[in-house]
Amino acid sequence: MLKIWSMKQKQQQDANADAAAGTRKKKVTAAQLRVQKDLSELALPSTMKTEFPDPDDILNFNLSIEPDEGMYKGGRFHFTFVISQNFPHEAPKVKCTQKIYHPNIDLEGNVCLNILREDWKPVLNLNAIIVGLQFLFLEPNASDPLNKEAAEDLRSNREGFKRNVRSSMGGGTVKNQTFERVLK
Amino acid sequence: MSQPLMVSATIPGPSPAMASRWQYLDNVRRHTGPFTDPDMFDTSEAAVAQIEKMKILVIGAGGLGCEILKNLALSGFKQIHVIDMDTIDVSNLNRQFLFRQSDVGKSKAECAAKFVEKRVKGVSITPHNCKIQDKDEDFYMQFTLVICGLDSIEARRWINSTLVDLVDEENQDSLKPLIDGGTEGFKGQSRVIYPTITSCIECQLDMHAPRAAVPLCTLATIPRQPEHCIEWAHIMAWEQEKPFPKLDNDDPEHITWLYKKALARAQEFNIPGVTYSLTQGVVKNIIPAIASTNAIIAASCCNEAFKIATNTNPSLGAQENYMMYSGNDSIYTYTFKHEKKDDCPVCGNLARGLDVDPNLTLQEFIDSLAARPEAQLKKPSIRAQKTLYMQSPESLRLQTAPNLDKKIGDLVSNGDEIGVTDPSLGRVDFKYKLRFTSDFVSKDKLTTNGDAN
Repeated sequence: MLKIWSMKQKQQQDANADAAAGTRKKKVTAAQLRVQKDLSELALPSTMKTEFPDPDDILNFNLSIEPDEGMYKGGRFHFTFVISQNFPHEAPKVKCTQKIYHPNIDLEGNVCLNILREDWKPVLNLNAIIVGLQFLFLEPNASDPLNKEAAEDLRSNREGFKRNVRSSMGGGTVKNQTFERVLK
Repeated sequence: MSQPLMVSATIPGPSPAMASRWQYLDNVRRHTGPFTDPDMFDTSEAAVAQIEKMKILVIGAGGLGCEILKNLALSGFKQIHVIDMDTIDVSNLNRQFLFRQSDVGKSKAECAAKFVEKRVKGVSITPHNCKIQDKDEDFYMQFTLVICGLDSIEARRWINSTLVDLVDEENQDSLKPLIDGGTEGFKGQSRVIYPTITSCIECQLDMHAPRAAVPLCTLATIPRQPEHCIEWAHIMAWEQEKPFPKLDNDDPEHITWLYKKALARAQEFNIPGVTYSLTQGVVKNIIPAIASTNAIIAASCCNEAFKIATNTNPSLGAQENYMMYSGNDSIYTYTFKHEKKDDCPVCGNLARGLDVDPNLTLQEFIDSLAARPEAQLKKPSIRAQKTLYMQSPESLRLQTAPNLDKKIGDLVSNGDEIGVTDPSLGRVDFKYKLRFTSDFVSKDKLTTNGDAN
């Protein structure tokens, strides 16, 4: 066991670092530090805003998206982010808090975005997810449907789908489902 | 009878029958071999007895843990502690050989300890029926080395960062080698980590294949496999119907609900194969455990522990530190050195000591960081356990801006750790452990006193 320690001491001399003496206090976890880093590198456009119910808890926050183009323009969409201590090994859990008419978001708010599940990698960051979410409103994807009716609607009748999106965003009823009003 | 043996008995011990148990082990410990390091290997009576004084911590008393406890006890370690929060399930009995049917429902740590103590006379095994997170640094400080037989990455990351933080430059005993075993089906690995010196669990995080996830849309639209139907019930149907307030993976009633949902969906799509046990497996993310893989990996871990403790042979650690094993296609094994990562969030940027006057405001402190040569930060964001100041996103900046005028002493305590990130740093961030250079009297406290007068 002695040899390890002499290695340690050599490393110490090389690095010439000094650690604080005294009792050990509260530590910053790897997940928290990574989220802090991701957040401090976020470059949010004016169409997106974060909200932290508790600024001391950066692992739980809300994001709102207000698309300025595309068929969801004029709406304000809210998402919750729940990040575990296993981040970045595990993707954050992202849900839409409103009931909206979208082929890739179901009525419960589940989001079908590849990097939130099957394609998540620890090298990806929060910015990638946020960009991905914004993209869903610009280019809803009918080939990966979570809301089958909406996807079929988009595929078969794009103009009709657009009308249904507008009416759902105003709090209207589409295919027997009443949606939440999301217009600003 | 109690007379000490004067002749140079080869084996000390309570009785000849007991002593013979260690005979072969003692041959290794008392004779120099081709690989023994003359600087380190010591065949003296005192050195040989050393192993009996070492306290070893085993984390996990499951498939690997049972093997590890047995191996350690039979390798001459006398003081072993084992920690596991789980209770014994009937499905454990096929490979967790320290448990019997009558033990189902009891603590794994306690049953395993009792069994091994009974079988191997003279060994003391102390069980801890709790989470590793329930124990403090003083607890971990008492051990010579730590061996993990875990199935969760989260627990590995926790013990890894705890052992890294434990290292104190002035105390040699604070460095605890960590031996980590892991298996998944026919594959496994054993690795040795010298916290802060060699590549740690966090450095090697990308070596863990993430759990293969199925796109949500596949689950929602066209399931192809029985697992898809179960995942659908687990993720979507449960959320929609909320049959119970919170899903408990260990509650048979909850699993039955999911099983029935999954079965109905499978029938709708003509998919055979949804069973109760498969449902349990998918929901609890049970990885098929193969008893022999566990035995191989545990054996490797315990051999490394023995070599580190006795210096009888070179061990994994300083050079090669990772042994991978695959039994998928006959046998393949490869041992290599996993390099330490400079930007590892756990061991790559150990908290440096930083002297700070607690009477500075946070703004003044941030300005002083910009002047530090190793930092030279332009837009630093700072957090302790609390968020002190974040430059981005805007909402957090606004929420934390009032802290800029507060004094450091009002925001953190002496000895607290802070994390500093800055976009200009690229992939590196800093951790500092604050040392107050003067006493600090909170303004709030002064005001309170004033009010009292």
